[in-house]
Amino acid sequence: MGEELKVIVFKLNNEEYGVEVDKVQTIERMLPMTRVPKTPAFVKGVINLRGVVVPIIDLRERFGLPQTEETPNTRIINVAVKDIEVGMIVDSANDVIDIDSDSITDPPEVVGGIRAKYLRGVAKLASDRLLVMLNLEEVLNKNEIIQLEEIEGT
Amino acid sequence: MEQNQYLSMFIDESNDHLQALNENLLILEKNPQDIDIVQNIFRSAHTLKGMSASMGFDDLASLTHEMENVLDLVRNRKLQMNNFIFDGLFRSLDALEGMVQDIIQGGTGKLDVSEIVSNLKAILTGAPPSVPAAATKQLEKSSEAGLDLDEFQSSILQQSIESGSMVFYVKVTVHENCVLKAARAYMVFDLLERHGEVVQSSPSVQDIEQEKFDQSFSVYYISRLDQTSLEQQISNISEISSVQIVPVGTEMLRQLSKDKNKRISGQPQHAERSSASDLSAAAGSKEAPDKSSAQAKQPQMPRTIRVDIDRLDTLMNLFSELLIDRVRLESLAEGMKNQELTETVEHIARVSLDLQNIVLNLRMVPVDTVFNRFPRMVRDLARTLEKKVELVVSGAETELDRTVIDEIGDPLVHLLRNSLDHGIETVADRIAANKPETGKVHLRAYHSGNYVFIEIEDDGRGINREKVIQTALKNGLITKDAAGKMTDLEIYQLLFASGFSTADKISDISGRGVGLDVVKSKIASLSGHVAVDSVPGKGTKFTVQLPLTLSIISAMLVKAGGERYAIPLSSIVETSILKKDHIRTIHGDPMIDFRDTVIPVVSLAELFDCREGQEPDREELEAVVIRKGEKMVALLVDEFIGQQEIVLKSLGKYLKNLFAISGATILGDGQVSLIIDPNAIIK
Repeated sequence: MGEELKVIVFKLNNEEYGVEVDKVQTIERMLPMTRVPKTPAFVKGVINLRGVVVPIIDLRERFGLPQTEETPNTRIINVAVKDIEVGMIVDSANDVIDIDSDSITDPPEVVGGIRAKYLRGVAKLASDRLLVMLNLEEVLNKNEIIQLEEIEGT
Repeated sequence: MEQNQYLSMFIDESNDHLQALNENLLILEKNPQDIDIVQNIFRSAHTLKGMSASMGFDDLASLTHEMENVLDLVRNRKLQMNNFIFDGLFRSLDALEGMVQDIIQGGTGKLDVSEIVSNLKAILTGAPPSVPAAATKQLEKSSEAGLDLDEFQSSILQQSIESGSMVFYVKVTVHENCVLKAARAYMVFDLLERHGEVVQSSPSVQDIEQEKFDQSFSVYYISRLDQTSLEQQISNISEISSVQIVPVGTEMLRQLSKDKNKRISGQPQHAERSSASDLSAAAGSKEAPDKSSAQAKQPQMPRTIRVDIDRLDTLMNLFSELLIDRVRLESLAEGMKNQELTETVEHIARVSLDLQNIVLNLRMVPVDTVFNRFPRMVRDLARTLEKKVELVVSGAETELDRTVIDEIGDPLVHLLRNSLDHGIETVADRIAANKPETGKVHLRAYHSGNYVFIEIEDDGRGINREKVIQTALKNGLITKDAAGKMTDLEIYQLLFASGFSTADKISDISGRGVGLDVVKSKIASLSGHVAVDSVPGKGTKFTVQLPLTLSIISAMLVKAGGERYAIPLSSIVETSILKKDHIRTIHGDPMIDFRDTVIPVVSLAELFDCREGQEPDREELEAVVIRKGEKMVALLVDEFIGQQEIVLKSLGKYLKNLFAISGATILGDGQVSLIIDPNAIIK
């Protein structure tokens, strides 16, 4: 048995993803957003989260998944990694589960079109559920933002 | 562990008491006869003793106990305050402050205070103060406190020196557990009389015979022996712990009798070598006890509680949350058209507006919290520099944001030191320049607009323009050509250049290898500004300009393509309406005439890509003219919303190096609005 991990489960494009609960600050419903000019398309803007201005990224766009309309289930998962605080827009988030860290296996090369480096691994749960564990450090990697900007700029 | 909950309370209260002790002692130094102040000091010391004892800080308790003993005698008029007692008490305060600091750092407040305690004890017994080192200078000071020579005695000594005899100041300390102190003293005197003549002793011979001395006594002695053999002989007597022998010369003798004369006549004479004792001797005699003014100065203690600043921040954030709900309620009520609901919502709106003002004001603290440590600092500094200085503080109630207050202390200390060290002249120089011998340093604070000004003004010698130019030329800061064209103000501004010092040698006071450039950069980091003005021979004035808070600025809110942006008022030249046909193109770029120059026109909506298709086809356009230094740009906007005070918020670490955006703010309706950085728009 490895150590127990508490994981927040959220949905994106009908797949289930997980982030460690200790990296999640809050989960919010959609809030009014202020666009920030001259930023990559996946940066949706900033919100006022109880007096703190928090940038919001759209995880679908970040991963290059097809866009959908906002639904009543759409949530903002507010995460903090190494003093960077970011809200991520996801399709829904409504579960917290315990998983065994041993059950996480290395990610296969391509999962649902997402580049493998954003993934920490895939957890196999009971009843054949697959949970994609995100590598938040990479998702929030700032150097990559700069690269993306360059690509878009050309 | 249970103590912990009281510890922070203890620390806060101790600091308050120490501050009160410091202030009251300074007042007392000006009115040494005022027993009421002594009572206040005594009470503070007493409370401090009780608190420390119950918290188990024994060293603190025992030192305050000794202070109390001294103060008790003073308030019962059994002891006259003098220079030596003041020094002792001030040193005790410093030690107490050190201990409390140690406790704040998590220590136990232990400190070796035996020397200070024995000093205080010496005051009680009236014995001469112990001399810590054989430094003649200190000896001179201490000797005048305990050992006075009358004219007759000093003339005897004078003649002896002139006739070639050796004159010594001898201080003998007997062992701590010596049983028959008087007997030992007798043996010493016996020895001394055999080889010379004792001119004066302290305490008096009678007192020594009756064992009325602590552990040491001292004499002026004309000797037939030389210093080494005299020392040897006295040391041979058993139960003597130390012997100190200092040769007395004519110069020292003159100095001693001068001090003595001064105290007798009560006339503050001007001495060519103004010693530290002049300072308070003069102050004591000149300023007659003025009870009413001292009492009027007693401030009324406002009733306050202490709040952690993090809690205030939380309160502020929660409050912005409330604002969002208020706006939501307002729109709901509007839709329902229910009279009662509308009235209630309007009431909530009014209450929350008041709340907003209170919450923003909670962070404001009077500058007094910084100023109150300066009188003591100036006193000590004046003594070290052997100058006479009076510090006049005004506007201490002016309020500033807590974060600014925390940062402003060090720069002010530096400027004050500068005024005392470089500005105020020595007593001799002042008299020569026809000025009162006591220099004045004004420390003022006042509000003006959205700024707080702090001024430090002295009536000293002013800044030597030539010297500044010479130093600047030497350091390669300016060229000879430029120097001739510079105005006085420009030249004074050179003082703030990095590594600049006009002091001939780096002194301990304001040199420290750190110049005014550090002051300038510190104040600049607080979004402030420092200027200096000076009139040669009349004085120098430093003016520090600071924003009221670091977190609130005045801004113009504008609309562009349906989005709201804030432009800092500080970079706006004016707002104006442009006629469309006034815009011309030069080299393909739109330009307009503005005050005799041609400036570029930039559309904010285009700049930020927020034009949603339709180009407004209007004859008149609204523009904000912004500037960066000399350069200006007319920024086209769709609508002016109005001027507003906004709270600055960081955009976090994720969004960095944004184009032309310097931060964000949260508007009254809870929405985030971005703040434009005009410097990035003007290239």
